[in-house]
Amino acid sequence: MSEFLLIMKNELVITFIIFLLLFIKLGKGMKNESLLSLIQFLLLLNVGQGFTFSEGNLFGNMFTNTEQIALEKNILNLGVYLISLLGAGWLKQHKHLPEFFMLMLSALLGMNFLISSGNLLIFFLSLELSSIPVAAMANFDLEKKASSEAAMKMILSSAFSSGILLFGISLIYGTTGTISFAELPAALNGSTLQILAFVFLFTSFAFKLSIVPFHLWTADVYEGAPIAVTSFLSVISKGSVAFIFITALYKVFSPLQQTWYNMLVILSIATMITGNLFALRQQNLKRFLAFSSITQVGFILFGISGGTNASTSAVIYFVLIYVFSNLAVFGVVSIVSSATGRETISDFKAFYQNNKLLSWVMALALFSLAGVPPTAGFFGKMFLIVAGAGNSYLWFLVIAALNLVVSLYYYLKVVRAIFMDKNDNPIEKITIGASEKLGLIICSAGIVLVGLLSWVYQYISQL
Amino acid sequence: MNLLLLIGLPLLTAVGVLLSRNTQQVRSIAFAGSALQLVLAIALIYLFQKERAAGVAAQMLFEQNYALFPSLNINFHIGVDGISVAMILLTALVVVAGVLVSWRVEKMTKEFYFLLILLAMGAYGFFISLDLFVLFFFLEIAVIPKYLLIGTWGSGKKEYSANKLALMLMAGSSLVIVGILGMYFGNGEHKSFDIIQLAQAGISPAVQKLFFPFLFVGFGIFTALFPFHTWVPDGHSSAPTAGSMFLAGISMKLGGYGCLRVATYLMPQGAQEYSSWIIVLSSIAILYGAFATMMQRDLKYMNAYSSISHCGFVLLGIGMLTKTAITGAVMQMVSHGLMTALFFAVIGIIYERTHTRQINEMGGLLKVMPFTMTVLFIAGLCSLGLPGFSGFVAEMTVFMGSWQNADAFHRIATVIACMSIVVTAVYILRAIGQVAMGPIKETYTRLSDASWNEKLAAAILIIGIVAIGVAPFWLNDLIKPGAEIIMNKISGK
Repeated sequence: MSEFLLIMKNELVITFIIFLLLFIKLGKGMKNESLLSLIQFLLLLNVGQGFTFSEGNLFGNMFTNTEQIALEKNILNLGVYLISLLGAGWLKQHKHLPEFFMLMLSALLGMNFLISSGNLLIFFLSLELSSIPVAAMANFDLEKKASSEAAMKMILSSAFSSGILLFGISLIYGTTGTISFAELPAALNGSTLQILAFVFLFTSFAFKLSIVPFHLWTADVYEGAPIAVTSFLSVISKGSVAFIFITALYKVFSPLQQTWYNMLVILSIATMITGNLFALRQQNLKRFLAFSSITQVGFILFGISGGTNASTSAVIYFVLIYVFSNLAVFGVVSIVSSATGRETISDFKAFYQNNKLLSWVMALALFSLAGVPPTAGFFGKMFLIVAGAGNSYLWFLVIAALNLVVSLYYYLKVVRAIFMDKNDNPIEKITIGASEKLGLIICSAGIVLVGLLSWVYQYISQL
Repeated sequence: MNLLLLIGLPLLTAVGVLLSRNTQQVRSIAFAGSALQLVLAIALIYLFQKERAAGVAAQMLFEQNYALFPSLNINFHIGVDGISVAMILLTALVVVAGVLVSWRVEKMTKEFYFLLILLAMGAYGFFISLDLFVLFFFLEIAVIPKYLLIGTWGSGKKEYSANKLALMLMAGSSLVIVGILGMYFGNGEHKSFDIIQLAQAGISPAVQKLFFPFLFVGFGIFTALFPFHTWVPDGHSSAPTAGSMFLAGISMKLGGYGCLRVATYLMPQGAQEYSSWIIVLSSIAILYGAFATMMQRDLKYMNAYSSISHCGFVLLGIGMLTKTAITGAVMQMVSHGLMTALFFAVIGIIYERTHTRQINEMGGLLKVMPFTMTVLFIAGLCSLGLPGFSGFVAEMTVFMGSWQNADAFHRIATVIACMSIVVTAVYILRAIGQVAMGPIKETYTRLSDASWNEKLAAAILIIGIVAIGVAPFWLNDLIKPGAEIIMNKISGK
């Protein structure tokens, strides 16, 4: 019993917070502001408890926890905490604050189970748990039509991908007779039906990660959903799926390595190029970030294609950095958008004139996304490329390296708008709330330090 | 000497600049930091030669090696040989001059100096790193400050130029990373980024043949390798004065140094394989650059195109693959860095007063700005290779080294390169004549001469130029052992 409590500690703490929020909601005894502070405090505690963990398996290997998995979970915890800080301006005014966090934490709970899953059944269940609440969250700008539209698109596409996933799982069970991650590798023999099943499984991952050609929902949902939800989708959801994707490919489908390697090569190139080309044309910052996040997934795929331990560590490291850099960008966009309602790139022209600090944070985060030193993003990208290059084709490496240049171009477009362009009507000085400030400080510190403090990567790589 | 000082001091200076309260403090901190750095660089030469004189024969001196990312075998490995010491001295001289020349920058002074110092730190780090990953890190650090400097404080079509420069340099560095990874994985089980280890282990000829072009072209873009030179004229002409000085004086040298230290030294067989390509391309750059300069009416464009021509000599020297030519290439890097920085500084001084850079709109400025015009003369004479200035020594060494190759192809290339000197003389003399001599325009009669800070900047650079021109031996002695090691590697000893 106590073993169960310890191994599932992270999940139990999150469940506890959800129930606490539920009771607070029922009691109706708290103002938004103090409730938000309480939630932030609880989430901070949640990050703190994530540093301790115990390894082990539960329920006949359905649920696993290792040091690596605990780290992955805590990266997600940290991301949720940062979102609660950075979205404070929008959240404070929202009349359904507890519900929002209940949904978000349910999704987080699903992701925790997802990463820990050791069985296709719990994998499917937790994937559902991690995506359905997000669709509800996408609808949280209650007066906006675009928000409902985003939710609709989200729920339809995720239902579609779940259907495909379920079909794939049933085919796998049909051909191998098992759904346990531990037993599957021995049972896979590469027959046509198994490869078909694998393709279905892969497709559902592609939906969640918005790998081209399954990326079409991304931009619309990102644009329509509230920014806090968009950042949750683009960082936390993506990160968790990327983690389990690696486990699935390396541990479960290792006998099919040649098959998935070639799929990864093609999809990675398609994803990088499509994301880049579309990002070039975007004016709305949220759409822009949607396509740029598609490109980032392309780079993650490049790293995953390496197929070694270095790839696993590079992806975890990259997601950690991505949490800091992408949330910082979304944070600035969210602060500006909730203060002025403006969120296109041309609105940010001459932003530096009145908002020096926000501009530097934004620039730092964009440079980190573009992979420019000395930010952590440089190390993240480089290690992905080093990991992927180990057994890559030369042309694949060259294409990936050149895509870095294209992505720099559009990140610089935003930097240029902020620092260089002229604007008769620049955004006024924005006062930043305390929790937003704290969030931005944590993000900036992460962007600067995670790369330069080399023990972070060293720790991840020895897991 | 602890080489970490070379990175630490600019870092401290940059932090100091950020924390300072007013413009006056910013300037003083930036100047103090860069002047101290110059003292450090001179001390480094002295200590370096002292060690050598004491008989320390190690290839690299003052080495330090810290494990950074052990699981990927990335180490923070730094050390210097004569070539890097020469480049560090060049950087320190140009940085001090650049800081002095920008004394009057009023727009966002703090940010301006911060970026300048950051750029300088990238260059120092690049020249001392002996680990390819760290070297690449510093190479890329220097790109973004350039972009912001040009885009924010530049003139003309600055956004376009800044974009073009950043993207072309990034494309160059992405080719470089492909080449570096080729070496990293090309060594079988023992994966290493360490320059010394890679040189000792040797890289298989097949890998060299495949990846040498990536590295050479990648670094070549930084140093205006034809046909990837197109960022040079736009970037230089749009940049603020100090930006142009840093670009031409330091940043283009990063490429030359990389071509030499990384591409040629680590992949000698690759260099031999492609040396005729390098010679052809650099000869084209030399001649094309010179003729294109003749057509320019704008002083900055003129100097930018002449930089393409002069940097061609660097690549030509490397491509010739003789000890003398490689020594000459490094000397040309130092010489051109100083000379072109001086040129851009003078152009900046003139522009600040006349508000034009068009040659035909000026005239007779010698009467009102005697000091500035004298400096312009010196820069011009150095550029056209007059004995007594550094340009002559460097180009002469390159030619002598090139001539050591006895076959017709190398000789013809050398002759073509020599011919460019005549063209250089034409455009330099014509431009100086039009700017300094002749009748003076009414509006220009009341212009003031250079102020103390500009005079000091020019004097520092001129001292460097003359010191090399009159007594080239110290620089030659400094560079030669390093060049010899590279040459031994090429000839397979």
